[in-house]
This record gives sequence, structure tokens and C-alpha cells, in this order.
Amino acid sequence: MSERTRSAKKGSPSADGSVPSGLTDDEGRRLLDFYRRMVIIRRFEERAARGYTQALIGGYCHLNLGEEAAVVGLVAALEDRDYLFTNYREHGYAIERGISPERVMAELYGRVDGVSKGWGGSMHLFDVDHRLLGGYGIVGGQLPLATGAALAISYRGSDEVVMCTMGDGTTNIGAFHESLNLAALWHLPIVYVIINNRLGMGTTVEKSSAEPELARRAASYRMASARVDGLDPLATYEATRSAVAAARAGAPFLLEVVSERLRGHSVVDPAKYRTAEEVEALTSHDPIHTVGARLMVEGLLDAEGLAALDEEAKAIAERASAFAEASPHPDPSTLFDYTYATPVANDLHRLPGEPLFAARPRPTEVA
Amino acid sequence: MAVMTFRQALHDTLRDEMHRDENVVLMGEEIGVFEGSYKITAGLLPEFGERRVRDTPIAEEGFTGAAIGAAMLGLRPVVEIMTINFSLLALDQIVNHAAKIYGMFGGQARVPLVIRTPGGGGQQLGATHSQNIELYYAFVPGMKVVAPSTPADAKALLLAAIRDDDPVLFLENLALYNTKGDVPDGDTPAEIGRAAITRRGSDLTLIGYSRTAFVANQVAQELAETEGLDIEVVDLRSLRPLDRATIVESVKRTSCAVVLEDDWLTYGIGAEVAATISDGAFDYLDAPVRRVAMAEVPLPYSKVLETAALPSHEDVINAVYQTLDAVGRRRPAARR
Ligand SMILES: Cc1ncc(C[n+]2csc(CCOP(=O)(O)OP(=O)(O)O)c2C)c(N)n1
Ligand SMILES: [Mg+2]
Repeated sequence: MSERTRSAKKGSPSADGSVPSGLTDDEGRRLLDFYRRMVIIRRFEERAARGYTQALIGGYCHLNLGEEAAVVGLVAALEDRDYLFTNYREHGYAIERGISPERVMAELYGRVDGVSKGWGGSMHLFDVDHRLLGGYGIVGGQLPLATGAALAISYRGSDEVVMCTMGDGTTNIGAFHESLNLAALWHLPIVYVIINNRLGMGTTVEKSSAEPELARRAASYRMASARVDGLDPLATYEATRSAVAAARAGAPFLLEVVSERLRGHSVVDPAKYRTAEEVEALTSHDPIHTVGARLMVEGLLDAEGLAALDEEAKAIAERASAFAEASPHPDPSTLFDYTYATPVANDLHRLPGEPLFAARPRPTEVA
Repeated sequence: MAVMTFRQALHDTLRDEMHRDENVVLMGEEIGVFEGSYKITAGLLPEFGERRVRDTPIAEEGFTGAAIGAAMLGLRPVVEIMTINFSLLALDQIVNHAAKIYGMFGGQARVPLVIRTPGGGGQQLGATHSQNIELYYAFVPGMKVVAPSTPADAKALLLAAIRDDDPVLFLENLALYNTKGDVPDGDTPAEIGRAAITRRGSDLTLIGYSRTAFVANQVAQELAETEGLDIEVVDLRSLRPLDRATIVESVKRTSCAVVLEDDWLTYGIGAEVAATISDGAFDYLDAPVRRVAMAEVPLPYSKVLETAALPSHEDVINAVYQTLDAVGRRRPAARR
């Protein structure tokens, strides 16, 4: 990965012959801000991958590498009061929602300062203050929950919106169809977002979805939908803004964001099922590369500025991992603290090796 | 006879059965191109083609139900559910249909289906990905549930499961895939519903299944070498039907038992085993039947908390010592 990023930095902005497209000042500023955020996610994820190989992170660890533009564009279109439900590939979303990279990394390290206090890990980031309501590891599990959150909002007549992201593979689970149908019937304020990175784990969209143009699935529920280029953060942002506006007015929306997964499904997947050509093509689909190049073509960033952003992002990632490493492990005595929200009689606080009842007195005489 | 891993034994048996019987069809997520999440089905797609090795969408309820339907017409689908946690999405099809069809329709249709799926915790996979919920299936009449602990049994029980005319949940375990053992040549299936006494002994009966049977044999061996203890091991192998006679006969000889399970204690597999011992060997018991099981919490991600919640090697050894203490019959010379 570092290879690829290095070549991206060196990449000549006009190598592909592109010319300035004439962004407005606002767009230019926004693109620069988006890029900065994207690089932070990129460096954070690379640091997480390193933490995994250092055995400081365990379990499963799925990265947003390649999806940075999509993540940034999507979250930027939300108001602070809106809610976000995601799947297990959610580190970038947590950071974009405003949770400090330190607390995100600490969760990956399983420490007490982690967003979920070390109980959730990489797949289960959660933070009520920032209205990130998970982080879910069961494919599709977040969809009915997000739908229900939208129901609560609609029930109370308040004006928040719920965004629920998922992968392309997730559109084939029953809960997808059940949730969209409910949301359409009940006019819920929710935007379902499909991050189409073209792969489940190793299964392509064409192999798993009989209607591979996933946005079209909304038609079954007479739900509005759109498909957008998730390598373009501005386009993603604009499309998401429209979707969110529709949802806020009570019309649920299905947004398909076509994206890219630069590495394996999780950090341990070597992705052998990808052909050499596919892997080769990934470089030109790396949004850090393409957006960086665009900024240079637009004259919004020079090589020095680009390097400075990169240094800043690296420093943020390093600080996050230093913080995480310094954060204490949860104390084993807290093992039973979160089984029930309210104390209940006879909850069993027995450790695995303990007997249910204290040993009875030993028989004194045994033949 | 050949020495091979648990993984290899499963792979080779699937392959041999596919050669033997055209009706054997594999279905599951990522079993073809990706070669299986745990690589059990590696190489089978190129060998048998997409007709017989079917990569499915992420749709556990749909493809498990479809396998049940195909089995009703005589196919012998072997479904892989990536981990037992995801079988919950197919619970309705398994419990309400696979297990019911033979009885509910008066024996007119059979469901010769195998669901292969691994359980296992201890890898920091968090609360939803570390469960051992074989009990949910072992609870249901009409289901058969087998849980091999050795490569030899992986083969013999998989052969039995595939050739069986009823739905069989075939429990695997992440921690066993790389374990090695002798695997007999030939294709003699095991008998579903039979436990095995894998080690004879007179001091105490140690009972387990799947990973915990592996641990039981390990601990018995270790305590024989270090403490001169003579522990008998019962490998349940089949959780439904449960071989009660073998359990009871063993405890009648040893007069005490420790049950190892990877699930939660309350209402767990060990509870059924302990109740069986109480029913069948009450007069012979010299100590309460001890169970070693997970702490009753949603399993935390943190390594420290996870370690505290899962039974350790020492927990097993301590339970053995404390049970022997309670019996008062024989105490190991050196306590640690
Ligand atoms: C119900 C369920 N089945 C299977 C899995 C295993 N699994 C985890 S991620 C994944 C692929 C999901 O693909 P997609 O929805 O495209 O999301 P992506 O990983 O590409 O972001 C699978 C099959 C799971 N976690 N939950
Ligand atoms: Mg995907």
C-alpha cells in the first residue's frame, strides 16, 4: 500500500492530460477539505493494518481503503443531529462523524478509552454523542435497526434523518427487502446507502445479484434511487444531499455509491481471486490518487501542500495508535458490567472455572 | 491410514462423496471462487464446476431453505454456513422446515441435508461472531447434530451425515481445523448417535464434544504424565441423539464426572449431560457433576475480558482436581 501511495504522491498531475474543469470557489474549497479528510482516513487505516500485524488489534479488521471519497462525501451531507448506522467496515465513518481517531483506534485495540469501551472492537464502533449507532458485524443486521430508528423519528415528528450504509453483497439478504418495504410503506426519513465496491468477500456483484444495477432494486418499493460515482467525493456529496433532503421530507431513498476496495475483504485476505489486470487497474481507481491529481490540476494544491497534508494525516494516525496503546485494558472485574441495563436477581456472575455452588465438605471416611 | 489435518479430512471426504454420488451438491457463501472462508472446499469448484459447487449470495435463509427443498426431491445438498452465528438467519428454515417435514407430512418426504458450520470463540471476534449455539439445533427433535473432535471422526461422521436421510447439522470448530490425526482409508461411516470412550480410566470421567473433547483428551494425557491420574474421556460425537448409555456406564465406573462445553452453562449441553448422569448413575456418584463453561455474558472483544470469559486449560485442570478432592478418593501428589 505504501508503494501505491508513494507513487500517487509522485504522480504528475497532468500526466493523464486532464485540464482544470473550473470548479467554483466553494467546490474547490470543499474538495480540498474532503481530500484532507480522505487522507486522514487512508493513513488511519494503514496504521490500523499495521496494528493488526503487530497483534495489537485482533479479530476481524475491515478497512475503508478505496472508499475514502465515498465515506467523506456521504457523511458530509449529514447534519450533526442525523443518525448513522453502518456495517463492520466503518472506521472512516466514525472519524468523519467527528469521533476522535484516538478513541476509534483505542476501540480497535480493545482498550477502555475506545468508543465502545473495548467491548465491540473494529466491527462494533458506537457513539451516542456523535449519533453513530453502530458498527454491525452481521451482514444486513443494521438495516431493520436503522429502519426502526427512522420510525422513532417519524413517530415523534422530529426532523432528523437516518443514514444506513451497507455493502453490495448485503442487498441479497432478506432484511434488505423487508426494511426497504417497511420504510416505503411508512414514509420513513431514511437513506439506505449501498457502497458498491463490486465484491462481497470474493463474490462479484454480477455473481450475487440478479439485478446488478443495485439502485434499481428500489423500484420494487416505488422508492426513489440514484447511482453515483463514489470515487468522486463532490458528486457523492451532492447526490447524498438530495437523498437526505428527500428523506427529511418523508421519502426514503436508496443511494448506490460505486466504489472500490483496494485490498482484501479484511486485513488477512490476500485477495488471490483478483486477476493481475484487476489489481493493476486499482491504482487508477484509487481516490487518493485521483482526487489529489485533480486538486493539482485545478491549481488548488501543489506537491508541497500535498506532502504537508500527508504528514498531518500520518501524525494523526500515529497519535491515535500511541493513545490507543497507552490506554488501559478493561479490568477483568468488569466482565459482568454490561449483560443487563438494569440489575436483576440471580444474574450468574460465575467465571468459567468456578463451580455453581461452593464445594461441600469433603467426606471424612471413604473406603 | 494417513495422517492429515481436520481440514484435509473434511475436504477429501466432500470430494470423495461428490465423486461417489451425483446428488451431492455443495452450496454456500464464498465456497467456490474464494475457496471457502476456512478453505475446506478449496479446489472443488474447478474440479466439479458451478453446477455442483454453488457460490450463493449472502442469503442464509434463502439458500438453506432452497437446500431443504432440493433435498425433498432427492438431492443431497451439503450447505456450508460460514460460521454457526450466521445460521441464526436460517434458523426458521432449519427448525420449522428441515426438522419438521418428515414428521409433519407423515413420513412422506425426507430431507437428506447436511449443514456444515464452525463454532468457536477465543479469536476476539466479538459478541456476535463467537457464539457456540449448537444447542439450538440439538434441542430440536427431527434434527441430528454431530460434533467430531478428530480428523478421523470428521471423515467418518461427514460420510454418515451425507448418507443419512435426515437433516444433520455438522458442527466444526475454528480451533480444530489445523489439528492433525490418523485417518483410516476406505469409506466406512460412523454411526450417528454414538459417543466414544477415547481413553479408558478409572479416576474420573471427562466429557466433551468437538473442541472440548480435544481438550479433554489433552488434559487427560497431561495429568496421566504429570500426576499419574487415570482419567477416562467420553467424546460425545453426537449431540442429538445423545448417547446416554455410554455416559452413564462410564460414570458408573469412575463415580465422578466433569463436563466441558464451549457454550453457556445455563441450559447448555452440559446441563443435559449432568441431568443424564443424575438420572442414570445417581447411586454411583461420589461428587457433584462439575461443568466448565463460558461466563454468561455477550463475549467482549477485549482480549483481557475475552480470556476471562472463556474456559482455560487451568480451569479444566482445577475442576478435575476439585472434583477429585470432593470424592476424597485420590489427590494428586503435586498441586499447582
Ligand atoms: C449474515 C452474515 N452472513 C455472512 C457473513 C460473513 N461476511 C462478512 S462480510 C461479508 C461480505 C459482505 O459484502 P458486502 O455487503 O459487499 O460488504 P463489503 O464487505 O464489501 O463492504 C460476508 C459474507 C456475515 N458477517 N453475516
Ligand atoms: Mg462489497
